[in-house]
Amino acid sequence: MIKLPELPRRTVYLDNAATTATDPRVVEAMLPYFTENFGNPSGLYSASRSASDAVQSARDSIASVLHCRADEIIFTSGGTESDNLALFGIARKYGNNPKWGKHIITSQIEHHAVLLPTEVLKKEGFDITEIGVNEHGEVSAHAVIAAIRPETILVSIMYANNEIGTIEPIAEIGKAIRQWKKEHDRKPLDPPFLHTDACQAAGVLSIDVQELSVDLLTLNGSKLYGPKGVGALFVRRGIQLQPQLVGGGQENRIRSGTENVPAIMGLARALELAQTDRESENTRLSELRNYLWEHAQRLIPKLVLNGHPTNRLPNNLNFTILDIEGEAALLYLDEYGISCSTGSACTSTSLDPSHVILAMGKPYEFAHGSLRFTLGHSTTKEDIDHLLLVLPPVVELLRSISPINLSVDQKQEDIALRGAFVEDGVPHWMANK
Amino acid sequence: MSDDIIAVKPVTTGDMQKSDVVNAHTGQKWAYSQIVKEHFFNPKNLLLEEPAPGQFDARGTVGSPACGDVMDIWIKVDPATNRIADLKWKTFGCGSAIAATSMFSVMITEDGGRTLDEAVTVKPQDIMERLGGLPNRKIHCSVLADKAFRKAVNNYYHATGQHDKVEVEGARVVDTRLNITDKDIEEAVLEGATNLEEVQKKLKVGVGDPEAIPDIEQLIRFYKEKYYGV
Ligand code: FES
Repeated sequence: MIKLPELPRRTVYLDNAATTATDPRVVEAMLPYFTENFGNPSGLYSASRSASDAVQSARDSIASVLHCRADEIIFTSGGTESDNLALFGIARKYGNNPKWGKHIITSQIEHHAVLLPTEVLKKEGFDITEIGVNEHGEVSAHAVIAAIRPETILVSIMYANNEIGTIEPIAEIGKAIRQWKKEHDRKPLDPPFLHTDACQAAGVLSIDVQELSVDLLTLNGSKLYGPKGVGALFVRRGIQLQPQLVGGGQENRIRSGTENVPAIMGLARALELAQTDRESENTRLSELRNYLWEHAQRLIPKLVLNGHPTNRLPNNLNFTILDIEGEAALLYLDEYGISCSTGSACTSTSLDPSHVILAMGKPYEFAHGSLRFTLGHSTTKEDIDHLLLVLPPVVELLRSISPINLSVDQKQEDIALRGAFVEDGVPHWMANK
Repeated sequence: MSDDIIAVKPVTTGDMQKSDVVNAHTGQKWAYSQIVKEHFFNPKNLLLEEPAPGQFDARGTVGSPACGDVMDIWIKVDPATNRIADLKWKTFGCGSAIAATSMFSVMITEDGGRTLDEAVTVKPQDIMERLGGLPNRKIHCSVLADKAFRKAVNNYYHATGQHDKVEVEGARVVDTRLNITDKDIEEAVLEGATNLEEVQKKLKVGVGDPEAIPDIEQLIRFYKEKYYGV
């Protein structure tokens, strides 16, 4: 009978792209704002003033990292809200102005916090162009420019992909859009605007909004060792947004709701800390990540890297283990203390395989067998060695029970498993092909 | 862990709530019972070696239209008693598919093996009951075991010339303009659709024949009841 090998258990957290632990220094920065300095920043008395001073100092500190003005930062409840606010805010402001139009450009590999708002906007009469990516998950600036029309009001392309870690050429896209505006007699603050979701990139890459030439940028606390439930949206001064939450008029009337002061303090501190050790931490993580990939390939046959071989986030490794299903692998790894994630349809609420892996032209079986390991501050070589000890027998076990045998260069068109689906029909993502 | 078949006690909702597996992306609890985990980590009746010629009489391979997983089942029938002497399986499938098929293989082969006639009366709901339930989204995983087995049984009947015993679950066209069959509706419900709008979304089509709507709605109710008991 089949058995789990006898191996030690060790807690190894390799899902830092999902969320990070909060840095104790961040917690320390937040603590005074719960019980001592708890005032509502909107009031006039001194407790309120000190809370509003604190929020202002956080705003200043974030602005200095982004190289923007403090009043260009809007605090939100996180990455999802910032993305929603960028998309809906621009669309509902400019889309109804006959001078502009109702066209939005985005990519096929965006986070659902961008893709699902575009679905909603379609129902409101917007036209959406989803740009494809190459085999490494890269969007090309040429493709973006080629898709721009006079009616285009917004381009939203992520800075780095959360699943495969590929870094997108945002600065190049930003410059190309500015050039397009010049050639088409548009002022810098006329549409189309460029929004980027920098949730995954913020702790790792430069988020200087001038260098990037972006007009809106999404930030999130919980991916950079800050607290959950807080984020920010940079919006270039002079660009208007239709508020999506109305009430007390906070955040320049763009985003009502009492400021989450402790979380805002935590976000600012987390971003500040990320800047200080960025270079050395990036080097450390990419070395560990390369070590993992090198040895995984040596120990396990038939692995396929997902994402760009070099132009990717230093802490991200995503590969497909052919012939196995990711949820089963994930649960086995969990049994040995390892946390990671998969693009398999079996783990998604909608039973859809990763749209990112499909967008790179890979067959769905590749999404099924994909595992993502994202390293973080606490990751050590011992952690990686534990994974390298556990993963090979788990793969061997799951391969021994698998009825399929794919080749590494299988194409999306050759549906290896078609025969199994004759009676009941193929999954919808295959049928659409 | 032992290879013995574990004792199955009736499972209450309380047992199901003692789940500890949580989806990292959605935070959703998978509500896997202890029995599910036992069968997942220690699956019974797997086919681990290439079968020898004559080791099995028939094989059934099916893919799940809901998630793309694949299940492969082999059976050996004792012609004298018509009992299932052996059942082995393999899967390119998730944790629930592994657990459900392992449990199913036990149910079919325990106590000297069920006869073919008895075996085909085992329903996905029976597997789920023995497992202590599966999350709604994972019900199609137990259906996969059932379908692969039925296919193997049909193949056995064909191979032994008992064509009249073959049970074809024929598809019935409900929407003649778009050729939507009851199977399509069944799939959509198994994928989680619970009303007309969601079914249309899953099928990526509208309804072509407005006269078919009452029929389709009735099918949705029927399959919802069949798989989710509501
Ligand atoms: S068999 Fe499809 S998710 Fe389990």
